[in-house]
Amino acid sequence: MNSESAIHHPPSAVPTLRIGPSKGWVPLKLRELWEYRELLYFLVWRDIKVRYKQTALGATWAIIQPFFTMVVFSLFFGHLAKMPSDGIPYPIFSFAALVPWAFFVNGLSQSSNSLVGSSNLITKVYFPRLIIPLASSFSGVVDFLIAFAVLIAMMLYYGLLPTLNVLWLPLFLLLAMITSLGVGLWLSALNVEYRDVRYVVPFITQFWLFVTPIAYPSSLLHEPWRTVYGLNPMVGVVEGFRWALLGTKTAPGPIIAVSSAAAIVILITGAFYFRRMEKTFADIV
Amino acid sequence: MSEVAIHVEGLSKRYRIGAQQLGYKTLKEKLTQTAATPFRALKSLAGRNGHNSKSAIRNSKSDLIWALKDVSFEIKRGEVVGIIGRNGAGKSTLLKILSRITEPTEGYADITGRIASLLEVGTGFQPELTGRENIYLNGSILGMKYAEIRRRFDEIVAFAEVEKFIDTPVKHYSSGMYVRLAFGVAAHLDPEILLVDEVLAVGDAAFQKKCLGKMGDVAREGRTVLFVSHNMEAILKLCTRGILMTSGQIAQCGAVSGVITSYLEGHLSTTTVVNLRDRSRPAGATGKARLVGVLPSNDRQGWSFAFGQGLSFDVQLEARQPLENVELGIGLFSARGFEVASWTSTYSGVTLPAKPGLNTIRVNYQDLSLLPGQYWLDIGLRSDRGSEDYVPEAVLFEIVVSKSGADANAHTFGGIIVPSVAAHMLR
Repeated sequence: MNSESAIHHPPSAVPTLRIGPSKGWVPLKLRELWEYRELLYFLVWRDIKVRYKQTALGATWAIIQPFFTMVVFSLFFGHLAKMPSDGIPYPIFSFAALVPWAFFVNGLSQSSNSLVGSSNLITKVYFPRLIIPLASSFSGVVDFLIAFAVLIAMMLYYGLLPTLNVLWLPLFLLLAMITSLGVGLWLSALNVEYRDVRYVVPFITQFWLFVTPIAYPSSLLHEPWRTVYGLNPMVGVVEGFRWALLGTKTAPGPIIAVSSAAAIVILITGAFYFRRMEKTFADIV
Repeated sequence: MSEVAIHVEGLSKRYRIGAQQLGYKTLKEKLTQTAATPFRALKSLAGRNGHNSKSAIRNSKSDLIWALKDVSFEIKRGEVVGIIGRNGAGKSTLLKILSRITEPTEGYADITGRIASLLEVGTGFQPELTGRENIYLNGSILGMKYAEIRRRFDEIVAFAEVEKFIDTPVKHYSSGMYVRLAFGVAAHLDPEILLVDEVLAVGDAAFQKKCLGKMGDVAREGRTVLFVSHNMEAILKLCTRGILMTSGQIAQCGAVSGVITSYLEGHLSTTTVVNLRDRSRPAGATGKARLVGVLPSNDRQGWSFAFGQGLSFDVQLEARQPLENVELGIGLFSARGFEVASWTSTYSGVTLPAKPGLNTIRVNYQDLSLLPGQYWLDIGLRSDRGSEDYVPEAVLFEIVVSKSGADANAHTFGGIIVPSVAAHMLR
């Protein structure tokens, strides 16, 4: 046997793989997922490369969406409605929330459509299907970094310097990613069977935008409702971003604990639901 | 270590009619379906007229079909096995289950060894990316590791003969280059067990030959190969054992030449009128006109023609509405899958208007001296709307040598046709 090419297993022990019908809930097989990490890398790399090759404006799209939303919000909520903004200039207050929000929304909609968009792969090759929504989720990080650079530039313009709290930022980004991936897993698996999910996604994101403190501060709510509000994981993300970058008073506290717990529940249930539906993907996608 | 590479036991796959054809559903359908369960049986009966996979076994519940039913076999390490059978016989379903793309409904398969499947060349190719980038992408999709791709990169490029264009986006490639690159990646997979589905049917003749050679190398290296093809020549050349499938079950399993012979014999049309209504068709060929039958012209019985005699048959089609012109296409293949001659009515410059209902077109090959042997006819229909219907391997007919006559030595000729050649002595 060609031991040099035995990849998945040591050459001495070739295990026998049993292929049979599965019933109900199945394990996530995270180890196998790890073995396929190179494929995940290549799919992310492909998504990023193709996106920036195909669109004329390329990276600019990553900025346009949150930036213009910020302009509109500043005009209507900040200037006309005089929305309180925790003592921060309103444009920077909303933009610091819109950057992670855009990352969340793009990740969510990309991963919801990812399975249907990859039907050519699903019907022809085997690999852990979880890779597909994972890859669409990861590929949004580049867009985020570009928008984030603009955010930093804006902060400098307003004379705001981030404090050491900024070191916590990657954790809040991770929280945003867990949330978007968790919801994305639910929606992508549902989308294979029910194509109306495609029409539901814009509605969900629009609704979610208004129940997340982007245009307004969560300090409008009083305890204990503020902590309950954290059940929306994006509340934790947005407030975390503002705290880490702008020094608002929402230190990592109950809100963020509740948000993290909610996000992890969404991710784990999403992953199990996805695996449960996985066996039908190739037949109906 | 076990000598058995693949052990399959009672493998079955049931599809819900519609699950495959219609694919996804909308939430509304699902809700109404649940609400109207009593009417479901009626509804599915009514909606099934257009369905055509009767070759698969019908379950008593009317909306279920078994694409694969109780299939068991064993393949030893190093064996090269060809799977043959008509379209819809379950070959591809079998490969899809073994390559873990879809799950069986019943039964199981045990696979010992690293497995890779090749159900299509160029899966996941991305037109915007360059040849180099696509090699890495496609390689990793097929299950190769980065280090492995890098090590074999030059070999792949050399095999595909695309050195000059390796940094050009593949959308600028000719279709030949594209296929060569795609097969090049696939050919350098390094599994212990390889499942291959009809991928050799791409590219030009020279490249097909090269691919076949590469497959032969793979087979000789002691790997286990499971190979689905309509190309009997390739099966015969590569495989040691054959499995014949009909209607989702194994009809025969044994030495490859014997299996091929019985496959062809089983399809030599004994009935004069060949019914095409219930034949399985490739997806996408549904239309306003449908092929329903084909029979030899002039009240001739059976599908044996004497060598040297013209070939003439009638194609019956049913049109749902008047059509100004149906373009008839006939592909003539040797029994082993070599394309002998293709023709369409447009080529002959004739217009074939169809009236609603049954139409019959007489086709007459006036000057075609096929060597004795067996040949397939593929029949297709087009209208100005596009493809209307297509039945691959519609008829298997036979050219026989008449017992007495000048043509008696025809079977000693090589090739496929005997040309009509004029010769005279120059003075």
